[in-house]
Amino acid sequence: MELVIFVITAIVAIIGAVAMLTSRNAVHSALFLLLNFGAIAVLYLLLQAPFLFAVQLIVYAGAIIVLFLFVVMLLGAERDEEDANPIRWQAPVAITMAVLLIGEIIWVLVRQSQDSLARVGSSDSDFGSPAQIAQALFTTHLLPFEVASFVLLTALIGVVVLHQRQR
Amino acid sequence: MLPTIFYIGLSVLLFVIGVCGVLLRRSTLMVFMSIELMLNSANLALVTFANQRQSIDAQIMVFFVITIAAAEVAVGLALLVMIFMRKQTTNIDTMTTLKG
Repeated sequence: MELVIFVITAIVAIIGAVAMLTSRNAVHSALFLLLNFGAIAVLYLLLQAPFLFAVQLIVYAGAIIVLFLFVVMLLGAERDEEDANPIRWQAPVAITMAVLLIGEIIWVLVRQSQDSLARVGSSDSDFGSPAQIAQALFTTHLLPFEVASFVLLTALIGVVVLHQRQR
Repeated sequence: MLPTIFYIGLSVLLFVIGVCGVLLRRSTLMVFMSIELMLNSANLALVTFANQRQSIDAQIMVFFVITIAAAEVAVGLALLVMIFMRKQTTNIDTMTTLKG
């Protein structure tokens, strides 16, 4: 059962990613990216991470994709690469490099001893619950949490400063 | 749970698709979306290892990555809008001001 869900979700995720890459229209690309993010959120549920499932849907699917769509439509930049690429050898070299990268990673993974990829520890049905995450977030990782809030504030101020009227 | 390598394999595939997007597309918006895809595939690998090791720390790290990604998208898109207002294009080849 788990395998069936995984295979279907993985196919949806890969189709979303490839369609994002090949789509000529930036709005379509953003929507295919949304499909991909949704599929990854389902995989988080399979991996016992219900809290991250919710965060993924709210932050990525809800906020980031809407921001992308908003900017694409605001700029009217749906179709901005009509002309041919001036560097002709770029595409074949990029694809060759990508295939090499996949081959390299798979080689490393296969060479890896099976022990290091085997499951460690017993399965806890409470693992990844919001309560457990909050416990770790507000005790062990309290300082990074505060720093993250500062980073968000900095981003907010940065955006406001960037869009000030130039005097 | 399925073998860890299934999830890692999917994560690798998505990452390489993101790399292809950065290398092949010339619209800055598309390059930015591909970077988001790569961040997501790395998150998937982290959640997989959190489940494999039954350790919550990797999930906390994914939470922070998502936070930073949100901040990065806000600033990055603001920069893109500013550049578009100056150059009237999102083509990445035109952004050569810092070229020596």
